[in-house]
Amino acid sequence: MKAVKTTIAVVAATAALGLATQANAGSTLDAVMKKGFVQCGVSDGLPGFSYTDEKGQYRGIDVDVCRAVAAAVFGDAKKVKFTPLTAKERFTALQSGEVDVLSRNTTWTSSRDSAMGLNFAGVTYYDGQGFLVSKKLGVKSAKELDGAAVCIQAGTTTELNLSDYFRATGMKYTPISYDKSDETVKALEAGRCDVLTSDQSQLYAQRIKLANPDGYVVLPEVISKEPLGPVVRQGDEEWFDVVRWTLFAMLNAEEAGISSKNVEQEAKSSKNPDVRRLLGADGELGKDLKLPKDWVVQIVKQVGNYGEVFDRNVGAGSELKIARGINALWNKGGLQYALRCPTFSAFQAVVLMLPFSIVRRLRWKTKFVGQLTPPVR
Amino acid sequence: MHTDPPKADAPRGSLLTDPKARAWTFQILSILVVIGVGWYLFHNTQQNLANRGITSGFAFLDNSAGFGILQSLIDYTERDSYGRVFVIGLLNTLLVSVLGIFFATVLGFLLGVARLSPNWLINKLATVYIETFRNIPPLLQIFFWYFAVLRAMPSPRQSYSFGDALFVNIRGVYLPAPEAAGGLVPFFVSLALVVVAWVVLARWARRRQEATGVRFPVIWANLALLLAVPLLVSLVFGKPFTWSLPELKGFNFVGGLAVIPELVAITFALSIYTAAFIAETVRSGILAVSHGQTEAARSLGLRPGLILRLVIIPQAMRVIIPPLTSQYLNLVKNSSLAAAIGYPDLVSLFAGTVLNQTGQAIETIAITMSVYLAISLSISLLMNWYNKRIALVER
Repeated sequence: MKAVKTTIAVVAATAALGLATQANAGSTLDAVMKKGFVQCGVSDGLPGFSYTDEKGQYRGIDVDVCRAVAAAVFGDAKKVKFTPLTAKERFTALQSGEVDVLSRNTTWTSSRDSAMGLNFAGVTYYDGQGFLVSKKLGVKSAKELDGAAVCIQAGTTTELNLSDYFRATGMKYTPISYDKSDETVKALEAGRCDVLTSDQSQLYAQRIKLANPDGYVVLPEVISKEPLGPVVRQGDEEWFDVVRWTLFAMLNAEEAGISSKNVEQEAKSSKNPDVRRLLGADGELGKDLKLPKDWVVQIVKQVGNYGEVFDRNVGAGSELKIARGINALWNKGGLQYALRCPTFSAFQAVVLMLPFSIVRRLRWKTKFVGQLTPPVR
Repeated sequence: MHTDPPKADAPRGSLLTDPKARAWTFQILSILVVIGVGWYLFHNTQQNLANRGITSGFAFLDNSAGFGILQSLIDYTERDSYGRVFVIGLLNTLLVSVLGIFFATVLGFLLGVARLSPNWLINKLATVYIETFRNIPPLLQIFFWYFAVLRAMPSPRQSYSFGDALFVNIRGVYLPAPEAAGGLVPFFVSLALVVVAWVVLARWARRRQEATGVRFPVIWANLALLLAVPLLVSLVFGKPFTWSLPELKGFNFVGGLAVIPELVAITFALSIYTAAFIAETVRSGILAVSHGQTEAARSLGLRPGLILRLVIIPQAMRVIIPPLTSQYLNLVKNSSLAAAIGYPDLVSLFAGTVLNQTGQAIETIAITMSVYLAISLSISLLMNWYNKRIALVER
């Protein structure tokens, strides 16, 4: 029923896009507060990112980001409902207001950011596209894949990168695309295709789903940059800020050494002004975001800091055992860099910024006048 | 006696009580409501799209697509536009529809006749077939052919080989493909001449039969013409085709004609499913011709084959055509199920991949829906025209 379901979902979403005035008019944060939970779009089954465990619980990095948003808004990480979406369904579901936030290993690209009316709140995982092949083929490098049949998930950036890579290297390939990533794995196992391409994190996750994981190998080449992150609708800065700063709060907590184990202790007794501001003991960070004062405490207590979430889902503490690599914090050799929480409250900031903005305005004026004056020859 | 016809402008009451005026008012009102609702939906959609910063319009059709496609009937590279992807999807849908309609019709007519056969075995086999395949959802049948049958085929290296020219494996069926050679143009010219000869021969045979009563074996003569003329022409002008054989090179077979398993699965499933319905349609059509017609024909001294051809089938067709049309329409619409197994049809390619790459849901869905509407309406028109042509001429 997959295709039918997809079609129905797309048509329904299209219709909703036409009819829904409410989703656009009100702010998402207010709507979320009113209904009492966050509706979160996740993947339809990707170990480490979003999948259901044997107890039927959703797990994964992408899932934990949603839980963190719920913890920030309601002080309760359980107030979140998940909508599993295929790669094809995801954007329409977000655009039409079916989900409040899309946390579904989605690559941040210019066309999605601009033409589709979406905003990426940050990067939860820096990924890159790779290839998974059967060891039996004896292929050691992606450069030996000329003429191969390649399984791929339809409607993804990987589809475009794949064609770019083969075009750039002057090789030929046959694309075999399916809606679900599970179907691509089955097709690889059955031998419908020679090689499976996807983001590397997914390849590791999919490899453990195979009947014989050791018979397959991930090739060394990484052919693209895939920054994955949560997405919200464009034009609702308030909600965008909530999601973005939830992510930053998790990173900042890790950087400050605050974890789910010590967060309550730190909130009470820390002397470090940065930590006190972050955890809501000082300053107005929560209020400016329209969130409770202890929102960061709740995120870290109930979900954990970024490092804990990473380890638990994809890192050393998981089946996938992916190294932190470029996903380590910036001060530990990685790319994860969160902006700082404000040192001053919004009001203080405006007062302090006043002289600067006056100066800038004057400068801008002179520049403008200068342009109007015709050049002297 | 002479009576005046009732006058058109008979005394009328107020506009409110006049039935004609009232009817017009209500009809105009309902049209206005329909237009109003349509305009509201259109306007509201436009505004919402603009408010959310989602690009709208059809300019995206000119943008370069950038992804690969498994099967295209026309040349395609990743640099081609979304517009061309649309054409490829449409052609792939039409390919499945045409193949499906052809096989379903042939199989359906055979089964329909078989179910009426006095032979117990043939009769029961046809009944079992019809009752089984008619009652299993088409999507399940597609899955059955794709995942249970074609996924069980061997890998390219262990392909089933038939005379080193035809190979079957999990990647599909590989056939020898004709490639143009020197004698191609004369070959096609000779084929065209044969067709002209057929028409002339048929006219001549009919006129002779009407004049003298002597019949001419038109079918055998036609067959002889079809075989002899092109053969002679190719002997004189050289071979029209050379055959390119599929060859195992690297990962896959190269050369020849590759039929992908997705296409095979969807064609099999849809033909087999729709054939069961067509068989019932055919059976009901034949049963609708009263037995008296057969008896009358027999008493004229016609042979059973001729009775079927000249008396029963022409009358049965009148009953068969309308429901047959809706079976064809069902098949075309069911072909969109191809998306479930990754066959690059219009729904999977255009309303799926293109929609997702561009994010323009409303435009792509609207285009796709209107295409299916257009295909279905064309088939309806064609079949209605044919139905009118064979319908009973009433005097």
